[in-house]
Amino acid sequence: MEQPILEMKKISKAFNGITVLDNVDFSVKKGEVHALMGGNGAGKSTLMKILTGVYTADSGDILIEGKPVNIRNYEEAQQNNISMIFQEFSLIPTLTVAQNIYLTREKKTSIGLLDDQDCEKKTEKLLEELGVDIKPDDIVQNLGVGYWQMTEIAKALSQKAKILIMDEPTSSLTKTETEVLFSFINKLKAKGYSIIYISHRMDEIFEICDRITILRDGRYITTETCSDTDLDKVIQHIVGMEFDQAFEWKERPYATDVPPIFEVKNLNAGKVRNINLTIQPGEIVGIAGLMGSGRTELLRSLFGIDHIDSGEILVNGQQKKIKEPRNAIDAGLALIPEDRRMQGLVLEHSVKDNLILPILSKLKKGTFTDNKKANEVSKELVQKLNIKTDNIFKQARLLSGGNQQKIVLAKWLANDPTVLMLDEPTIGVDIGAKTEIVEIIRAMAESGKAVLVVSSELPELLALSDRVIVMHDGSIKKEMQRREIKTEEELQYAIQGF
Amino acid sequence: MQSKVSSVQKPAVPVFKGFEWRNYIVYFAFVGVFIYFSISLFDEGFLTSGNLLNIVRQTATISLMALAMTFVISTGEIDLSVGSIAALSSLVGALALQAGYGIIGGLIGGVGTGLLVGLINGLLVTKIAIPSFLVTLGTMGAIKGLAMWVTATAPVPIVDANFNFIFGSGDIGPIPVLLLWTVIFTVIAHVLLRKTSFGRQVLATGGNESAARFSGVKTMKIKLYVFLGTGMMAGLAGLLYAGRMNSGRFSFGEGDELSVIAAVILGGTSLFGGVGTIIGTIVGSLMIGTINNGLIIMGLDVSQQMIIKGIIIILAVAFGKKAMKR
Repeated sequence: MEQPILEMKKISKAFNGITVLDNVDFSVKKGEVHALMGGNGAGKSTLMKILTGVYTADSGDILIEGKPVNIRNYEEAQQNNISMIFQEFSLIPTLTVAQNIYLTREKKTSIGLLDDQDCEKKTEKLLEELGVDIKPDDIVQNLGVGYWQMTEIAKALSQKAKILIMDEPTSSLTKTETEVLFSFINKLKAKGYSIIYISHRMDEIFEICDRITILRDGRYITTETCSDTDLDKVIQHIVGMEFDQAFEWKERPYATDVPPIFEVKNLNAGKVRNINLTIQPGEIVGIAGLMGSGRTELLRSLFGIDHIDSGEILVNGQQKKIKEPRNAIDAGLALIPEDRRMQGLVLEHSVKDNLILPILSKLKKGTFTDNKKANEVSKELVQKLNIKTDNIFKQARLLSGGNQQKIVLAKWLANDPTVLMLDEPTIGVDIGAKTEIVEIIRAMAESGKAVLVVSSELPELLALSDRVIVMHDGSIKKEMQRREIKTEEELQYAIQGF
Repeated sequence: MQSKVSSVQKPAVPVFKGFEWRNYIVYFAFVGVFIYFSISLFDEGFLTSGNLLNIVRQTATISLMALAMTFVISTGEIDLSVGSIAALSSLVGALALQAGYGIIGGLIGGVGTGLLVGLINGLLVTKIAIPSFLVTLGTMGAIKGLAMWVTATAPVPIVDANFNFIFGSGDIGPIPVLLLWTVIFTVIAHVLLRKTSFGRQVLATGGNESAARFSGVKTMKIKLYVFLGTGMMAGLAGLLYAGRMNSGRFSFGEGDELSVIAAVILGGTSLFGGVGTIIGTIVGSLMIGTINNGLIIMGLDVSQQMIIKGIIIILAVAFGKKAMKR
């Protein structure tokens, strides 16, 4: 049998006693495109971080061309001909393509000055070999995102990389750019480079990959040859058989005979196109879709962060003009952003200060804030949402992720919004807190609010939603009542666009 | 920029936009200002060779500091302490001369003082991670205070004629030594920024610090060096003040940080880092010098000059902002 270029054997890794990878095997042949798949938290990125030296495995071996290697940092990964292709963040936008590719490795002239001509000549040859249609002296920031990636790949190859890791490489690309990237990947393959391809997009994987390895819950499930398997099998392997009990869906009654509480008509905003949406009071609508399908952007534009090009937004039948978040808040909207540490909380402030921030104007006593009332309200909220903190004066950053998220929820609860929008509400939250957060969201809907949830975790989305809409390329592709969806696979199919 | 026809959409840079207005605005502005003063102040003798050489002499200190500042701003940092360093260095240099250490002693004293302050700035920015704006705002005040304190605000006269010749009022043939200082350091700075790996790494650090680090650039070391650079050049500028005025004085360099930063930004260096140009800086500096000179001839006083300079900075950054949006 042919010797694999890369073998990872019995890799295990735990963080704080929680096993993230459990005896995972993974091997890549020379000249193949190998997909690494699995749901969120399956362990794909941890495995790749071990391969690139960001983390060290607790146990297990890495073999390159049959020889065991030690990879303790990214430089050592590069020395072993492994390169990670970052999306767009590892280039200097203000320098040229050639300057970027040879940064810190420039050839010097006899008197120690940079030999830019040599650098550009080498780059030109490299780009020509790869068939990339850009010039060495193009400034990177003037190029499209697709070319950034190719510049990155060219840089990796100039460093003698033989194994390239690409993580969701098409998420920020247009269709044409994706096609160009794929023909480029095929060229690399023909030249004997190996590519580890991480993506959630099945159609792409079946188009470009030779084999698929699937992980689930930190365990190795299977490796299949693309031509011998099909979508059904792959989805089954990814989802697994057991269904999380904590996330069971309960059919909840809500008023369907009253006018909708929230309506969006013909909304266009940047890449988000032609969105029509109505939500009844008490209804939870889930938004499913792949990365880059426009889910987050939809919430951002509804909340006035991204500019709305055209369309109407109605709350309780009244049309609302939303130009900035203040308008959205006044209209009764609330957004719980994906990155709570950056956008949802003032981490340095106390639990109490965070809780009362959106309702300061309601807590006034004359000119000043009514401190007694503020304390009371805070204590009430802490109790109501079961936020685990010693007292309300503790800094928010000292709390766990789940409790931080509960503060963010409580913050908006205090403001009593009409429409609650949540973007990945349980990301980075432990399982216990997850269940609690799901309960809180349900309780909010029970009180007659409209709830709009974006989540990549399908079990969670299925547990919460009364109705699921599927987004693709910025518009709504499909709409399903929750009771029509029998299994997670069905939703997976819809998301993949089949 | 000519775009080749290709199968995939190329970078969206239409032919006309390819000519980046902002990159050249300083040259147009300089020519405009120069022509304006040449005509309106012709009778007052603006265009005489004597006055033009005067502009060069008066601008030399700003130019030297602006050259070094180009590197600092290219890394995305700022150094507000240059004016105060120049003041302290002029005094330390003058005191060294007075104590009989000679020209070399004065040079080491003045430039050494600058390097020392630059080292402090650089270490505070890189090791303790205080924003450079705050660090140098602090040292600006502290060093100024120190300059006032060493001689209890008294000026220190310099009687060494050779020192005054080399660092100030000397002419070699028709060429003022201050012009030579400016030209020599402009050439060095230009080569350093454009042609050495140090310069490339300065631009990389300012363009995207984490990406630069990933590519193997020691960004902290680079930042330390650029602050040593402004320290050294501000120290030298202090000696040039001392040579031209035949004394060391705490008031030298007052408000220079404004002129220096204005010169760099006007020249086309991006305040957000990643883009820097030495030629632009020197033209920016000459333009500021020309404006100062013209305004003086017109009979405006220091306060009015400050108002005009402040407005120029704001205009320069406002013009630059559109182009810098990524």
